[in-house]
Amino acid sequence: MSIFVDEKNKVVVQGATGHQGVFHIGEMKNFGTKVVAGVTPGKEGEQVHGAPIFNSVQKAVEKTGANTSLVLVPARFAKDAVFEALDSEIKTVVVITENIPFHDAMEFVHYAKYKDAVLIGPNCPGIASPGKTKIGILPGSIFLKGDVGVASRSGTLTYEIVNSLKEKGIGQSTCVGLGGDPIIGTNFIEALEAFEKDKETKAVVLVGEIGGTAEEDAAEYIKENISKPVFAFIAGRTAPPGKRMGHAGAIIARGKGTAESKIKAFEKADVKLAKFPTDIADLVEKYI
Amino acid sequence: MKLFEYRGKELFKKYEITVPNGKLINNEKELTGLKFPFVLKAQVPIGGRGKAGGIKTAENIKDAKAYFSKIMGMDIKGFTVKKVYAEEKADIKKELYMSITLDRTKRMPLVMISKEGGMDIESVSDEKIYKEWINPLIGIQPFNIRNIISKLNLEKDEGKEISNVISKIYKMFREYDCELVEINPLIISSNGTVMALDSKVIINDDAIFRHPDIVPEHLELTELEKDANEKGIAFIQLEGNIGVIANGAGLTMATLDALTYYEGKGGVFLDLGGTDDPEKVKQAFELMKKAKPKVIFLNLFGGITKCDTVAKGVKAVIAKEGIDCPVITRIKGMNEDAAKEILKDAGLITATTLQDAAERSSDMAGGA
Repeated sequence: MSIFVDEKNKVVVQGATGHQGVFHIGEMKNFGTKVVAGVTPGKEGEQVHGAPIFNSVQKAVEKTGANTSLVLVPARFAKDAVFEALDSEIKTVVVITENIPFHDAMEFVHYAKYKDAVLIGPNCPGIASPGKTKIGILPGSIFLKGDVGVASRSGTLTYEIVNSLKEKGIGQSTCVGLGGDPIIGTNFIEALEAFEKDKETKAVVLVGEIGGTAEEDAAEYIKENISKPVFAFIAGRTAPPGKRMGHAGAIIARGKGTAESKIKAFEKADVKLAKFPTDIADLVEKYI
Repeated sequence: MKLFEYRGKELFKKYEITVPNGKLINNEKELTGLKFPFVLKAQVPIGGRGKAGGIKTAENIKDAKAYFSKIMGMDIKGFTVKKVYAEEKADIKKELYMSITLDRTKRMPLVMISKEGGMDIESVSDEKIYKEWINPLIGIQPFNIRNIISKLNLEKDEGKEISNVISKIYKMFREYDCELVEINPLIISSNGTVMALDSKVIINDDAIFRHPDIVPEHLELTELEKDANEKGIAFIQLEGNIGVIANGAGLTMATLDALTYYEGKGGVFLDLGGTDDPEKVKQAFELMKKAKPKVIFLNLFGGITKCDTVAKGVKAVIAKEGIDCPVITRIKGMNEDAAKEILKDAGLITATTLQDAAERSSDMAGGA
């Protein structure tokens, strides 16, 4: 098994004909993802790596049976794109787009809940279940099929960690990039809940960072609900308060969101913490 | 983006929220047209200005002139006061605290109100702060407001007035893409008027494009940071002397953290992002040079971005512009071997692991 996505996901890419869209449709297909359609209004009839392009998500769903959307459209059109996907009864939406206004994200994240859809992102690299599918812009070369689940608020840092797991021969069940924004559709708790239920996942790696209280909330949740070993790395121990550290969500505001508080919370929940991102693999190897 | 207090109050006026009669003062001659006593307030994008002497009440014109010349140009926590706002002193019967923020956990707007107005809200105990979460898809409803008002034990007319203010602030919060609207204190005057005596408004940077009436000022940024911001590069100046360039915000933060294990201190956070565009690499190095770090630590992980493409960009910049501090590189991922060759060829130091690179950067920055 795996969480959230597997070989049953049939993907429509919103924003398929741009530079990113064309490149990543190719990359996803190489990984084995079922990319069945693309949507770019006004470009119906074209094809990208063999995937037919439609003017609307509705039509893409009707013609191809797509059940998942990957959103690559520019920030100011993202809200419209996500609402369109959800109203076309798409049940898994992965939003890669960065710099989406928080208020837009708040609206579509809520709407996804009413529609009983899983929404991942925004401002995330996507999600991959090695051997099954990869929906997003994560590099395919870093993965290895296996039994460690990874959930992260970061992109490249996650690639680094996943790659170091692979180098030790430790494979992954699913690696989910939750996103670097303050308002995200799926958080650590929801990922942990899914990993706990997933029979294939034996351990979980969390990659957190400063800002908000998602790690503290996760730590509380772990104490009560998670039986599998959890490992973590927290970025931003040296970040000064009030500065947004690259990610919109990575900011210590009004005394909240420090790395220290997150590390303490994880320690109390018996989560094993790594000093350096590249140490996670050693920790996991030692305990499993 | 933080707004100055007086800009926040301009927005309040637009939403028909009462604020004291006031004006911006550029020189002594403009200290007219306000009733005494009035309050002179330093306009700075940081809290604690009262304690720093940036807020003074003037009883007469002599006081006003003296306070004005003292406040204008003073330093408050690193910010030079360039604007002074004067407003008539209100007579206060009750002081409340009110704010609306984005609750990241619940992913909803959160209205907070407390009877402990005028205090630093972080020092107010949690049970004295009343909270109401608003579903963003249905907006604020009368029941939400009743829930809050019922806890405040106000007189009937006061309750009505405060209810109106809550609705208006919520409207402004949503329409102006705010991250925070805070009024502390929100007062009820002896004649029953509800007034905002202060404003703290933060507008989401990513939504500024749809608010043409908001002039982007980025008060909280340094000159170099503003420059980087315009070029679309994530660049932050810190206290140390090691300039860190990495790709991805998380990796850049983790790189800065790694330095501290070896007593090094990051001076610049520069996130290259997912780019290998030689022009962006060039701009990044130019910015870094202006920040004058003692050592540059380049940490790359190539996933989709190919390490050798970035390395070629770096080599080209250094060949053309030169560099006057050591550059330590640590490269991992797609095409790393080719990248290492290119960087060695450019005269840069190539470390094998993150720890090795962090240790060497810290040693070099600490020595001499």
